[in-house]
Amino acid sequence: MTNAKRQIYLDYQATTPLDPRVLEAMMPYFTNVFGNAASRNHPFGWKAEEAVEKAREQVAALIGADPKEIIFTSGATESDNLAIAGVAHFYKEKGNHIITTTIEHKAVLDTCKALEQEGFTVTYLPVGKDGVVTPAQVKDALTDKTILVTVMYANNEIGTIQPIKEIGAICRERGIFFHTDATQGIGKLPFNVDEFNVDLASFTAHKMYGPKGVGALYARRKNPRVRLAPIIHGGGHERGFRSGTLNVPGIVGFGKACEIAQTEWKKDYEHAKKLNERLLLKLRAELDELIINGSVEHRMPYNLNISFAYVEGESLLMGINDEIAVSSGSACTSASLEPSYVLRALGVTEDLAHTSIRFGFGRFTTEDEVDYAAKKIIGTVKRLREMSPLYEMAKEGIDLTKVQWSGH
Amino acid sequence: MAYSEKVVDHYNNPRNVGSLDKSDPNVGTGMVGAPECGDVMKLQIKVDDNGVITEAKFKTFGCGSAIASSSLATEKLKGRTLDEATQIKNTDIVEELALPPIKIHCSVLAEDAIRAAIADYQKKHGAAVKQETAEAK
Repeated sequence: MTNAKRQIYLDYQATTPLDPRVLEAMMPYFTNVFGNAASRNHPFGWKAEEAVEKAREQVAALIGADPKEIIFTSGATESDNLAIAGVAHFYKEKGNHIITTTIEHKAVLDTCKALEQEGFTVTYLPVGKDGVVTPAQVKDALTDKTILVTVMYANNEIGTIQPIKEIGAICRERGIFFHTDATQGIGKLPFNVDEFNVDLASFTAHKMYGPKGVGALYARRKNPRVRLAPIIHGGGHERGFRSGTLNVPGIVGFGKACEIAQTEWKKDYEHAKKLNERLLLKLRAELDELIINGSVEHRMPYNLNISFAYVEGESLLMGINDEIAVSSGSACTSASLEPSYVLRALGVTEDLAHTSIRFGFGRFTTEDEVDYAAKKIIGTVKRLREMSPLYEMAKEGIDLTKVQWSGH
Repeated sequence: MAYSEKVVDHYNNPRNVGSLDKSDPNVGTGMVGAPECGDVMKLQIKVDDNGVITEAKFKTFGCGSAIASSSLATEKLKGRTLDEATQIKNTDIVEELALPPIKIHCSVLAEDAIRAAIADYQKKHGAAVKQETAEAK
């Protein structure tokens, strides 16, 4: 290699870089304005509190909520835990049934699993091949014991968008709370709590160009009012829903990130769409047997999840990750040695799940980066396919599904 | 995950990638693993009349460590007699490539591939094998 190595980040569903404007807004709160927002009796505290309340307004404005409906947390995982366990524990006299889907983030799935240990019943709705759950599925699963439905907005692995507006309407009609893990969607896709019939929504700053370590839970205050049993106890911060000294710089950054997203998300959306199409076009021009995982129609443009048939995901990553940061659904990249449960839920066969790569685009991705990445990926896939016994067999016309594998 | 230098070297410059004619009586072919497990290795050996492996080729679908394990296996096979080839152990590969515990199965697969290739060759030469066994007695 004669050229210096490049560092191209295409993993925007994992996290996003901090927008410099966000960092600028945060800086004073690390130094001069360091007060505890709960210090009610001196200006240090007042200034911190003022900054937090301004951020609360910015966050609320992005989703069409009242600032009083925003609970700051440490991130979307905590928000999911608080929403689901909080509703379950508060309303356990009313019912013990929760509905969710098989492709939720682990923060939702594992919270549901923990509640099952406590005696709650959870229905995990399967998704279709397109990675989408239908409103009818939710409707059919409702019982008179159902207290909560939780369905994500956009999926972190495959980018598919769920019909949450319609699901929310069904829940509203039946008087059942509806929570959505909107971590990947808020600040990137249209979202309004009233329009989308949402009672609770989890999201986080670091997926929308804000800092890590801060998130929010939207919890509706009227029509209907959602009550929650807190999961973190202490000084009674955040109206008793979430104790713990507020992360003032983080919250300020979150507010700024929301303010920027409100005016710029459509631009980000169009930008990502263009890059997504560009990458796919380039890959398809040079490579056969590419399979897009998840609905092409109902997906966010920030994500492209592709199976490169006959090329194992980790080996592909190894060929590109000195310069290109992406993630893989391959088992070998995870500690569990299981391929992605999301892809499996779609009915993607395990062999193809092993060959999947997730590309994520965002505000700071450039066309030049996409072109460079495409070229490098194409070269690596071609090289690895030359080395792949499966590709060779497929090209000889052998049906790989009919081969007796020795297994392992 | 960080890879050892040796794994990276074999991944970037794999030795003996390719295929031999599997219908050739002097070629033994071993195919182990399964696509749904994330690794499939095809390993082939060509054996001369003296029972010496003159050529070894591989093709692997799998992670970098699986590719490196099979690449190294072909290097080790060349020039050995079949008897010597059966002495190659997965632990030799683990050691030489400095594979972490989570990747040990890649070396096991490579050892299986070697055995499968030898077994295939011996099946093609059923009589010869029996003869050797008789001599050994």
